[in-house]
Amino acid sequence: MTSSALALADVLAVEDTGGGDGFQAPGLSEFYPEPLAEFSLLGVDFSITRITLGLFIATIAMLVVMVMAVRKPQIVPGKLQFVGESGYSLVRDGIARDVVGPKGIPFAPFLAALFFFILANNLMAIIPFAQISPMSKFAFPLVLAGICWVLYIYIGIREQGAGRYFKDILFLPGVPKPMYVLVTPIEILQNFVVRPFTLAVRLFANMFAGHMLLVVFSLGAVYLLSRDNFSIVFGPVSALMAIVMTFFELLVIFLQAYVFTVLMGTYLNGSIEAEH
Amino acid sequence: MSILAAESANPLIPPLGEIIIGLIAFAVVLVVFFKFIAPRFEQVFRARREAIEGGIERAESMQAEARAALEQYRAQLAEARTEAAQIRDQARAEGQQILEELRAQAQEESARIVARGEEQLAANRQSVVNELRGQIGALAVDLAGRVVGESLEDEARRRGTVDRFLDQLDGMAPGTPGDGRTGSTVFVPGGDR
Repeated sequence: MTSSALALADVLAVEDTGGGDGFQAPGLSEFYPEPLAEFSLLGVDFSITRITLGLFIATIAMLVVMVMAVRKPQIVPGKLQFVGESGYSLVRDGIARDVVGPKGIPFAPFLAALFFFILANNLMAIIPFAQISPMSKFAFPLVLAGICWVLYIYIGIREQGAGRYFKDILFLPGVPKPMYVLVTPIEILQNFVVRPFTLAVRLFANMFAGHMLLVVFSLGAVYLLSRDNFSIVFGPVSALMAIVMTFFELLVIFLQAYVFTVLMGTYLNGSIEAEH
Repeated sequence: MSILAAESANPLIPPLGEIIIGLIAFAVVLVVFFKFIAPRFEQVFRARREAIEGGIERAESMQAEARAALEQYRAQLAEARTEAAQIRDQARAEGQQILEELRAQAQEESARIVARGEEQLAANRQSVVNELRGQIGALAVDLAGRVVGESLEDEARRRGTVDRFLDQLDGMAPGTPGDGRTGSTVFVPGGDR
């Protein structure tokens, strides 16, 4: 039973008891569904919930589609190849080449993996029966942001040399010396803490909030419709709102996947090219 | 039950298990993208670029070929035109020459015919004159004898009178016989008349 279904049961239970405690808004429990399987390996607890299952399904489905798209590559692409190519070109040309810079093409596979992984998982937010994005679990955006963090620092050291890279961050060139008191802490914070953290939180929070919105409006519609007083008028409004928010969520899904990848592109660009 | 479990959890503190699952999932995605998907896409892009460049090259070579053919055609046309002009000039010159030849031939012919006519005419006239000379003499003497009624016995005197008469006749004659209207239809330029 999904957590949303549990919440629905709660809502209907309220109706059954006819209690006066009103609508119980869905809470954090949405994101902690009951595990389907639990096991412990080397002291680490793994719990396979429907969210992790969603992650597997989304990832595998995305990989299967992409592999199918390039299985028999043609100069004149078929439908599936065209779709895959368009997506890959968006990242390769739009981000790797234009944002990262002339040396950016080797990063295209990484950025494309990032983009499609996030996109596929985000899409789980509005796919029926899944309807929750794995990216609304902080662990997954955090993993991606952590990998990005390691990568852009590593590339910075590789391209500019450790001394130059860290010196440029610690003492931003072209800044008057007394200003370093202010600028250096900000730059350190910016490069090593804020960037990965915002990267992870932006994606997580968007998917988290999107899911909450959808759940609130959906359950609200059910609740309002089940009440036999005047509130039944507002039920359809809430249902309509849930549908509208689903489309809005679709926009957010693409936008957040793109934003994450573009920001990683700009960080890579900063690492490859010497700072200003 | 689920709500109680959730209350104690902070959504910003992820469980280690999920982090590991996420790492594994993304690692798989990375491997597939680096090993399979990206190289295939690059291969397609390269092939397409080559195809387009090859197509442009082919089109350019074809255009050059077409231009060369046009040039050749034009050259041939010009050549043919000059040749035609040459042939025309030559033909005209030949025609002129033939005309000249024919004209000369015709003149020659007409001159010959005229000359023969004149010759014949002269011969005829001569024979007529000769004949007449004999007959006129005899006739005149006969007539004179009859008129006078006497025979002119003086041979010498008689001869002298006849000859003088004939000479007078000769002196009168030359205008009329040489008129040239011999019946020939060949055109004879005026200067030769």
